[in-house]
Amino acid sequence: MTFKQMFTSSVGKKLVMAFTGIFLVLFLVVHAGLNACIWAMDGGVMFNKAAHFMGSFIVPRILEIGLFLGIFLHIIQGYMLTLENRSKRKVGYEVNYSKGSKWYSRSMAILGTILLMFFVIHWKHFWVPSRITGVEEMDLGNGFIVHNLYGVMQDTFQNVWVVIFYVIACISLGYHLAHGFQSAFKTIGVHNKRYHAMINTIGFGFAIIIPLAFALMPISFYLHWVN
Amino acid sequence: MSQNTMNLKVKVWRQKNANAQGAFVTYDVAGISDEMSFLEMMDILNERLITEGGDPVAFDHDCREGICGMCSMYINGKPHGPWQANTTCQLHMRAFKDGETIVIEPWRANSFPIVKDLTVDRSAFDRIIQAGGYISLNTGNAVDGNSIPIEKQNADDAFAAAMCIGCGACVAACKNSSAMLFLSAKVSHLALLPQGAPERKSRVLNMVAQMDKEGFGSCTNTGACEATCPKEISIANIARLNSEYLGASLSAQ
Repeated sequence: MTFKQMFTSSVGKKLVMAFTGIFLVLFLVVHAGLNACIWAMDGGVMFNKAAHFMGSFIVPRILEIGLFLGIFLHIIQGYMLTLENRSKRKVGYEVNYSKGSKWYSRSMAILGTILLMFFVIHWKHFWVPSRITGVEEMDLGNGFIVHNLYGVMQDTFQNVWVVIFYVIACISLGYHLAHGFQSAFKTIGVHNKRYHAMINTIGFGFAIIIPLAFALMPISFYLHWVN
Repeated sequence: MSQNTMNLKVKVWRQKNANAQGAFVTYDVAGISDEMSFLEMMDILNERLITEGGDPVAFDHDCREGICGMCSMYINGKPHGPWQANTTCQLHMRAFKDGETIVIEPWRANSFPIVKDLTVDRSAFDRIIQAGGYISLNTGNAVDGNSIPIEKQNADDAFAAAMCIGCGACVAACKNSSAMLFLSAKVSHLALLPQGAPERKSRVLNMVAQMDKEGFGSCTNTGACEATCPKEISIANIARLNSEYLGASLSAQ
């Protein structure tokens, strides 16, 4: 038994999805937590400081490489598994069986595709200007100059279509997590009934709270809840 | 108790052999009692087809008591028909209404090739069992069944998993044609018992390898298998299988 055999079996491929999925879940907590600084009502000072820390400190920069690897592995493996699984039934049914499972558990690839489209636009909105093309700077005093990403958010979320697209992406994320969170833990082997119930509850709560927090960010800027 | 009779239309998948092109054929079936079993209704249809000089519809069946796992049939979009925790042979015609059209399809999965009409070849399951779904023990006098202490919870869980009759409804219901509920039941019931301990690691690795070789899809935990299983095998067994697989593959030499 080699590691290659382990991760390329049908169970192993799912392990890759589960491990990368859980890693991405952890990233969402960090991302939502840092972004919540926009609600500090200080004109974006705390948020820009947090973003500066993430962009300039070595540890998050190294983690960022892992994050990109994790995202791409999750996306590529997800698409490959979807195509592979579809190929296992060449002749389909006249009447499909849809009552035994939730629609979103059967639609992870579609929800994931919406999220991928969102990532491309989201990176273009924030990551590319911050890392490559440059962002207007903000002087926090004593020569402490940071990127004014708060200002970029303010500008970006004045467009109602951008806000609507972000909210749709957050709803997709919610359904993706509603299945993915608990499924990932089952895939890594959590089968104790007590933990099962606990993970189902935490997963459901996570799938509502995190996407809701993210969705409230563009809405807050659009409706000028934050200055 | 009065019996009601009904007239039905039965839309059945007909296919001469594995390589032939199949198609749906609709038959009128009249005077069916609501107390008949589903297979008795099929028998009546087949007797008529034989009398008329036609080819009867081929379908698998054996015990007709809901315990052998031979009957299959995907009825109105659900393996084993509309009732919960039920096999096709235990489905009764009172589940249907007079004048209804019943659509009957074979299990659909590349790993279950059609032999004829509604009969599919499920020998892939036999080969998965041969790869590790057994225990090895010395022959001789039978050991007293109660001489090995087993914790009650484990005995109950092992028994619940051993209820699997290997009918293949889980594969038929799964959008990925995955055999994981079947495999997990077979792995779980031995992994939970001391008799299964010596071959515990090689069992799960060999059975997963054989399952992949047979061309089944991978599990995405949708739960469709559990919802349709005539023996209500729990999807928690799949999580146990994943745990067994992870442990065995990490510790294997």
